[in-house]
Amino acid sequence: MSAAAAPVPQPPPAYEDQERVRRELEQTWAQPPGLWHWLRSVDHKSIAKRYIVTAFIFFVLAGLEAATMRAQLARPENTVLGPDAYNQFFTMHGLTMMFLFAVPIMEAMGLYFVPLMIGARNVAFPRLNAYGYWVYLCGGIFLYLMFFMNTGPDVGWFGYVPLSGPEFSPGKRADVYAQAITFTEIASLVGSVELIVTIFKNRAPGMTLNRMPLFVWAMLVQAFMILFAMPWVATATQFLAMDRLMATHFFNPAEGGDALLWQHLFWFFGHPEVYIIFIPALGFVSSIIGTFTRRPVFGYPVMVLSMIATGFLGFGLWVHHMFATGLPQLGESFFTGASMMIAIPSGIQIFCWIATIWSGRPRFTVPFLFVLGFVVLFIIGGFTGVMIASVPFDQQVHDSYFIVAHFHYVLIGGAVFPLFGAFYYWFPKVTGRMLSERLGRWNFWLFFIGMNVTFFPMHQLGFEGMPRRVYTYLPETGWGDLNLLATIGAVTIATSMLIFVINVVRSYRVGLPAGDDPWGGETLEWATTSPPPHYNFEYPPVVESRSPLWDTTGEMPVVTGLRTDVRDTLVTTLLDAEPDSKHRHPNPSIWPLLSAIATTILFVTLIFTPWGAVIGTPLFLLALLGWGWPRGRDKREQQLVESEA
Amino acid sequence: MLSLLQQSHSVLNPSSPQTRLIDRLWDAMYFVSAVVFVLVVLALLLSVFRRRDSEAAETDPGQERSLTTAVSIATALTVLILFGFLVYDVAVGRQLTRGLGKDALQVRVIGHQWWWELQYRDSVAQNWFTTANELHIPVGRPVALELLSTDVIHSFWPPTVSQKRDLIPGKDNSLWLQADTPGVYRGQCAEYCGQQHAKMAFLVIAQRPDSFASWLAAQRDTALTPTTQPAIRGQEVFLASSCVMCHAIAGTPAGSRIGPDLTHLASRRTIAAGTLPNTRGNLAGWIVNPQSIKPGTRMPPNQLKPADLQALLAYLETLK
Repeated sequence: MSAAAAPVPQPPPAYEDQERVRRELEQTWAQPPGLWHWLRSVDHKSIAKRYIVTAFIFFVLAGLEAATMRAQLARPENTVLGPDAYNQFFTMHGLTMMFLFAVPIMEAMGLYFVPLMIGARNVAFPRLNAYGYWVYLCGGIFLYLMFFMNTGPDVGWFGYVPLSGPEFSPGKRADVYAQAITFTEIASLVGSVELIVTIFKNRAPGMTLNRMPLFVWAMLVQAFMILFAMPWVATATQFLAMDRLMATHFFNPAEGGDALLWQHLFWFFGHPEVYIIFIPALGFVSSIIGTFTRRPVFGYPVMVLSMIATGFLGFGLWVHHMFATGLPQLGESFFTGASMMIAIPSGIQIFCWIATIWSGRPRFTVPFLFVLGFVVLFIIGGFTGVMIASVPFDQQVHDSYFIVAHFHYVLIGGAVFPLFGAFYYWFPKVTGRMLSERLGRWNFWLFFIGMNVTFFPMHQLGFEGMPRRVYTYLPETGWGDLNLLATIGAVTIATSMLIFVINVVRSYRVGLPAGDDPWGGETLEWATTSPPPHYNFEYPPVVESRSPLWDTTGEMPVVTGLRTDVRDTLVTTLLDAEPDSKHRHPNPSIWPLLSAIATTILFVTLIFTPWGAVIGTPLFLLALLGWGWPRGRDKREQQLVESEA
Repeated sequence: MLSLLQQSHSVLNPSSPQTRLIDRLWDAMYFVSAVVFVLVVLALLLSVFRRRDSEAAETDPGQERSLTTAVSIATALTVLILFGFLVYDVAVGRQLTRGLGKDALQVRVIGHQWWWELQYRDSVAQNWFTTANELHIPVGRPVALELLSTDVIHSFWPPTVSQKRDLIPGKDNSLWLQADTPGVYRGQCAEYCGQQHAKMAFLVIAQRPDSFASWLAAQRDTALTPTTQPAIRGQEVFLASSCVMCHAIAGTPAGSRIGPDLTHLASRRTIAAGTLPNTRGNLAGWIVNPQSIKPGTRMPPNQLKPADLQALLAYLETLK
């Protein structure tokens, strides 16, 4: 990092200069075609796109698992899946949705759009970013390979001990569970470090913290939550792996261990996890509402504080997953209070959005429809959430289908609906083409109706005593009709997903060209081309307000003076985004991929033999050595330094 | 099993003081939530579809001020409603955990993969006995349950008579319940406990005090020695086969505690933890090939000669 004279906002240079700059930037930041270059890419956009596509494939797989489970439950004593297969299916559904779909895709949206929204050229540590993706991909492939070999985890995504311990889960299924989580922990921690440093140090000059788009705030809060939540599940799964593979007794009550310790560790991660998935969705909603009401979201400071409050409170609720374990009543009351309190920031945000729509001029586009659907579904999930914060009521419906209904309303309504809104909203930016609005409306309405038909009856099934995670039920229970209804709903959701995929494939090839700013957006990503060039912006923009694209009349001021023949980026100060220094970005490299492969070898062999550590650790260290091997300065760089001296 | 069809086993159809309290709490929360839901969705729809003056300025400071007021009022109401819920919750919680009198019936519930062991305690040790999957209780009298597990975590949940509580290895849990009206109430394990979690049900049978007393007296007896021919042969088959490796019948040398106690098997309504009605045919199927009914169950298949099987069934039917 070298000190630089503070760049000063200037009008854009003359046309011939722009042409030259564009050519040089294109050459410096280019990612040439070909597999080799594809594997070496460190561009945040191509890595985030891979994340999004991979996570969507896992979403489809988890959805197919869910559909198979709904087929099994459509009538009593059905035989589509036996108990052994069903238990693997519901475990894989949960693990995939939480660890391979929801968290990665939310982070990926941040990794794609945060640098664009803050006017940066790339994320702060591009190679680490690539490493995170490769580890995630290897972890996902590992989990599914094991599943296809009938060694998929069957202990639930929550993996409670002693059921997942050595005595009651012999074989490798529970080891696969523990290790698959380790992969995704690493990937999501890498992503969160990327986001935090990028947001703090790479914002465009003038983008003080209180001018940051709400989307960027959401990603920042989420990244910090990941940073503090993931280590707990890492600890828990490592304890479990040690209990299983090295005969320790962390969770074995017979030897002084504690079965409830697992639940505390798991849910201290597991509850924040819900908000890790949900908070980015708040960012999507704010972006969409702002654009389609043509006004900045009402109550910016309150919105930011609400997200931060949600981030903090999210860590104080974990015990409400354990109300049936017989903990002391006074302690439980504290968690009731905390769980209800978190409804306050959520409520405030909904009120602010309604106020925004009220005073704005809503346009009925598909992204906006998804946001309206989000509000309705999320309120239902929020209310049932407040209900199950109550200890006595939760002790009735806990681990029943009421809970299944509740968290699908929160996660599908609260996170997947905004995510689909975001797909429709930003697809033009990523691909340069619009998604079809007509198919989008079909997608929305089938999804919305299917979602309610599937999950609303589950509240009643919970009341009628149907527990979660059952592979079948007896006809005498009388649960058949509502289960059949839920299965019909699942078919409707599957249809809506098919329409979405058709829409994406068709629009990618023959969709209407989007132009730079098809919606009249507010934030910086709409200032560059669609799709954005590898270097994002020819000149880093200078920001003077919260809505740079709406408030700037005429040409937007930019930063000049960054070199275009090397990967120069601007580093700014944390609070006020004053230009601070220049940073030389690394070039593409194969080492992140090789390091991820070494990591995979280490993790996978460790399941089968302690020698895994002996084989895997040196390989990983070798890969790191290659990664960090000093390359020396390139020739032009050397000449420049000498001429400056 | 037919008796199960006679009533709904729903949380919303409470048959005990504590489930009634929770039902009332639900009613209150449901009503308030429904009203607020309708109001918020109305506000949302109104905000989208209200008529707009096409000439109006983009952001009008007066409008911003009144929106601030509206958001503040809505937030204050949210806080008040949540606080009301909190107070009500804690009050109900206190009522549910009050102490019990000395007259409470003591029953120890032990969760197993995948059935329920029930030990009825008494001040006289000789009166203790063990049964499985059917919890008989007298109406109107509180029952104190001690909840234990020897393998994995289970959860005891009969929705109409009680809230649920986990059975956790290494942790003694307790729960009290009380039924107001005689009846058969179904319950099921609510914590995922492995392959046959789905078929780990039980019945709570609430009886009038006098019929409960006679049930209690009958259960305290050891099994009758068989007197008729097929049953005598059946006892020999039982004692000579692998049955005794896991099952106990009081009054015979069979004393293993791995599987359910069979001393009064014929008095139970269901077998295989609430999975099948206790008929001769079902029992035969269960003995010969339990894996076809509950794949993964700990009970192995038994290859008995047809005559031996019939004799065994005749014997088991005498275990009233």
